[in-house]
Amino acid sequence: MAILHTQLNPRSADFTHNSAAMLEQVQALRTLLAQVHQGGGPKAQERHTSRGKLLPRERIDRLLDPGSPFLEIGQLAAHEVYGEDVPAAGVIAGIGRVEGVECMIVANDATVKGGSYYPLTVKKHLRAQAIAQQNRLPCLYLVDSGGANLPRQDEVFPDREHFGRIFFNQANMSALGIPQIAVVMGSCTAGGAYVPAMADEAIMVRQQATIFLAGPPLVKAATGEVVSAEDLGGADVHCKTSGVADHYAENDEHALAIARRCIANLNWHKQGELQQRTPIAPLYAADELYGVVPADAKQPFDVREVIARLVDGSLFDEFKALFGTTLVCGFAHLHGYPVAILANNGILFAEAAQKGAHFIELACQRGIPLLFLQNITGFMVGQKYEAGGIAKHGAKLVTAVACAKVPKFTVIIGGSFGAGNYGMCGRAYDPRFLWMWPNARIGVMGAEQAAGVLAQVKREQSERSGQPFSSDDEARLKQPILDQYEHQGHPYYSSARLWDDGVIDPAQTREILGLALSAALNAPIEQSRFGIFRM
Amino acid sequence: MSRAVLTTLLVANRGEIACRVMRTAKALGLTTVAVHSAVDRDARHSREADIRVDLGGAKAAESYLDIAKLIAAAKASGAQAIHPGYGFLSENAGFAKAIEDAGLIFLGPPASAILAMGSKSAAKALMETAGVPLVPGYHGEAQDVETFRAAAEKIGYPVLLKATAGGGGKGMKVVEEESQLAEALASAQREALSSFGDARMLVEKYVLKPRHVEIQVFADQQGNCLYLNERDCSIQRRHQKVVEEAPAPGLSAEQRRAMGESAVRAAQAIGYVGAGTVEFLLDARGEFFFMEMNTRLQVEHPVTEAITGLDLVAWQIRVARGEALPITQEQVPLIGHAIEVRLYAEDPANDFLPATGHLALYRESAAGEGRRVDSGVSEGDSVSPFYDPMLGKLIAWGEDREQARLRLLAMLDEFAIGGLKTNIAFLRRILAHPAFAAAELDTGFIPRYQAQLLPAPQALPEQFWQAAGEAFIQSEPTLQRSDDPASPWAAREGFRAGVPAQISVHLNCNGQNQALGLTRAAASPFTLEGEQLVVDSNGMRRQHLAIRRGQTLYLQWEGELHAVTAYDPIAEADAGHSHQGGLSAPMNGSIVRVLVEVGQQVEAGAQLVVLEAMKMEHSIRAPQAGTVKALYCQEGEMVSEGSALVELEGAEG
Repeated sequence: MAILHTQLNPRSADFTHNSAAMLEQVQALRTLLAQVHQGGGPKAQERHTSRGKLLPRERIDRLLDPGSPFLEIGQLAAHEVYGEDVPAAGVIAGIGRVEGVECMIVANDATVKGGSYYPLTVKKHLRAQAIAQQNRLPCLYLVDSGGANLPRQDEVFPDREHFGRIFFNQANMSALGIPQIAVVMGSCTAGGAYVPAMADEAIMVRQQATIFLAGPPLVKAATGEVVSAEDLGGADVHCKTSGVADHYAENDEHALAIARRCIANLNWHKQGELQQRTPIAPLYAADELYGVVPADAKQPFDVREVIARLVDGSLFDEFKALFGTTLVCGFAHLHGYPVAILANNGILFAEAAQKGAHFIELACQRGIPLLFLQNITGFMVGQKYEAGGIAKHGAKLVTAVACAKVPKFTVIIGGSFGAGNYGMCGRAYDPRFLWMWPNARIGVMGAEQAAGVLAQVKREQSERSGQPFSSDDEARLKQPILDQYEHQGHPYYSSARLWDDGVIDPAQTREILGLALSAALNAPIEQSRFGIFRM
Repeated sequence: MSRAVLTTLLVANRGEIACRVMRTAKALGLTTVAVHSAVDRDARHSREADIRVDLGGAKAAESYLDIAKLIAAAKASGAQAIHPGYGFLSENAGFAKAIEDAGLIFLGPPASAILAMGSKSAAKALMETAGVPLVPGYHGEAQDVETFRAAAEKIGYPVLLKATAGGGGKGMKVVEEESQLAEALASAQREALSSFGDARMLVEKYVLKPRHVEIQVFADQQGNCLYLNERDCSIQRRHQKVVEEAPAPGLSAEQRRAMGESAVRAAQAIGYVGAGTVEFLLDARGEFFFMEMNTRLQVEHPVTEAITGLDLVAWQIRVARGEALPITQEQVPLIGHAIEVRLYAEDPANDFLPATGHLALYRESAAGEGRRVDSGVSEGDSVSPFYDPMLGKLIAWGEDREQARLRLLAMLDEFAIGGLKTNIAFLRRILAHPAFAAAELDTGFIPRYQAQLLPAPQALPEQFWQAAGEAFIQSEPTLQRSDDPASPWAAREGFRAGVPAQISVHLNCNGQNQALGLTRAAASPFTLEGEQLVVDSNGMRRQHLAIRRGQTLYLQWEGELHAVTAYDPIAEADAGHSHQGGLSAPMNGSIVRVLVEVGQQVEAGAQLVVLEAMKMEHSIRAPQAGTVKALYCQEGEMVSEGSALVELEGAEG
């Protein structure tokens, strides 16, 4: 077995400089996340708790096995998107263990705009369901929402990936044998009423939860009937008369305890099979990752230094170590689970792409999960490489990545640009989870390349029309593009739009991957069938 | 005198005394025979015996009190002798006689001596003749209320009613004024009848501020009789001894001799043989009055053993064989000081209601110099409602009283019992009390310091809940999945992505609930190392005993072991739905009297039902005025803890 021995000196000036730079970004992330966790703020929280309701994060904490992890996704959703604060897009989602079963938990935060669904709220809810479906995770919906955000109805209601998809997913997941449990802890109106109604089991909190297709004002307008919300759709109505809900709870805590019992009675079996080993820690401390990544994004670094700090015992059996060396491939274990790792160590050449495709085939044939560590500016360009068929070799890698059915996990640890993003299992390639480090950047190309390309096009236009194009003109043209790319390439921008599942502290990467691997084992590991590889 | 053959000994008892007697018997090379009732099939005393005989039955009357069965058990097992222990038939002359008639040896005095002392009234008359000082009282045969009323008038209130055949506080009542006499007499008579099969009562002056000092006597068949010093048993709760010590603090050598010689006279007056105890009241002026003689080995005999170095059970066996006492009065040692406490399964906060249940946790103090534990249970055993709820005794010896006291406190600290309530903390508070430390003893000690000894339940402090939360989480059993055995999801460290770890637990302890959010920005100052919760603060590390048994965490906190469980919202909600106005049995027991009928109007505090458990009567009273809506029990019925007995409709309803 090959042990990855570090070549870095944690006491060197470079290392400490890098470490300080990364730590600053991690601190900024922690500060931002702490703020997001305040939900709608103290006033809204106070109003919420004064009604005897638990805050959504308290609800989740009580629902989970005490002290067990919670792997939250999309914490930065809607960050600086709507010109108003909608922390976590008003819905908290993540994986947690309930009675020993990993479940997807989706909890509305009524302290944020009454828990109403903004476009990104819908997107996050659907993303959580997609994770649940892909990984076969039972779903627990803690419902406390006013429903669709009415002013934005055109962005949340009609389209394929809009509100209706939530219920489509519920029905189809239920059909796949993925349990759907709803705990109604507040209002659940109109379309929202289908969350409990379509659940396998539904729990309601008395004097607090309401389910109806139309609320009292709408009923009065439509039929003239005057009725209170409680009499129209309270727990007494639905648990005793209508049968819309199954379990009657005295309060939030009681409802959550009943939900735990529902999960305890699932007779749940994880279907993914992996030959596991006893987990052992890497040889190097996790927070050394801060010093591994250069503060200057243009400086290269050996990705094996990252792998050494992620995998069990820092043991890594490299494949084709001497061929296509800009893509490091090899087998390791992470938290006892076998993984096949593809990690960038420079630009992708034809050999590297072919090696990657080969390696993915190996992993799929053996049923080993794939881990992509992305730090890629793209495939090599130029006449020589186009003539050498870089496009068809790149296509092999993209085909392999696209068709691989083993669980795939992607962490963007540096750049994620252009077709490199595709070849290294970007969002479009359905990795089970995709995370970014705070130093990562994402875009169709680098800011300077984009500005350069656009300046070149403008210059040619100007020359054709005989107009002068000074270097000042060029600078004036380039600056906004540079600014835009820098802004949009930032991980917060990405995470706010749910292009990823979260920006993570590099030191927690191993822990998060371990949890994700374990969660993924709820689904069976399927056989892969690849498309035509262009030879 | 020819020596009797004694190779096999049957112990007609249970619990700690059966274990204690068998321990000496085994040490002397005897074969031990235990008898047990149906519920005691696997009790510790039966487990520890060489031979065990099933008497059947659950109630004492059908097992440990059934003379014919016991004699048959001795015959069947080949036992030549029967040790009665204390309680049960130990002072039953009929039993002693039946044993003698069967050609077996009774490890106690002759039937005639028991008979002489068994009736308190007759005994007092006898003592008067022997020149032993007595407390004024009525010890006559007439048992009607009027006779007692007249006698009490003559003696002057307060008076003490006692069962003529009794002992151990059963059938004993203090009557403060005339208006209480009739009810108290009836109740005491009922208790006496059920405990001893004899309802006869006596009444005497209730001496104020008395000390209970008793003399251990020992007589052989040759007519020798020694006094083995005294014991002070003044710390009592309703005439039940709680703490006993030897020697009696402050007793002069002259007083010891005077009382000792008086006791020997008492024993000799009735032709006593074996171990016996003569109980005296010692008043503040140093005057003493004969109370009664217990014709058996006492619960508290170990303190005498501790200061004399003798084994009284071994002496009982020797005397039964016909050997003479091996020492003279001058040779009786008195070394150091010893204190004993009685460990009970009971709830001091709830009027000392006997506790029944399963000993989910039972940990005794470590062995060591001057330490002795006589117990009759082990972890996993059950305490049934049929017998006395005493679990055992802790005895500490020291070169002086203070050393013994501190040693006993340390032993109590090490004791850990979970699954049912015990009086450990109460005992601890007695021993730690400054008045006890100063040896200011009298039988009014417990009532006088009631407020300190039985403090009102306090809200548990924040620090406790933090410690409990950490210990609970850290001891939480890992839910390991066979399909993913090493899953990181099983961790209990509250992992959160990008924010401090967060652990949420909602705990219940002493009827109090606390929802805890343990955030881990830095390392926790609490670490559970084995069974110790180590708390690291300000450079100091302190440890608290923390033992997990299933769903319960037992945490030692300021001298008390607290049972901590996870709050169960479902159980809580269900409890909220349970029968409103229902009055339920406080423990397992049998219904002795139903005093009301359906439809009857009752005042607040009225007796509705009388339950007998642990040989004590417990009244179920109306919490408020109302009408009896339904009755769910009848006289003679066995009921279990929590079962509804009476449904009451509130007067306002």
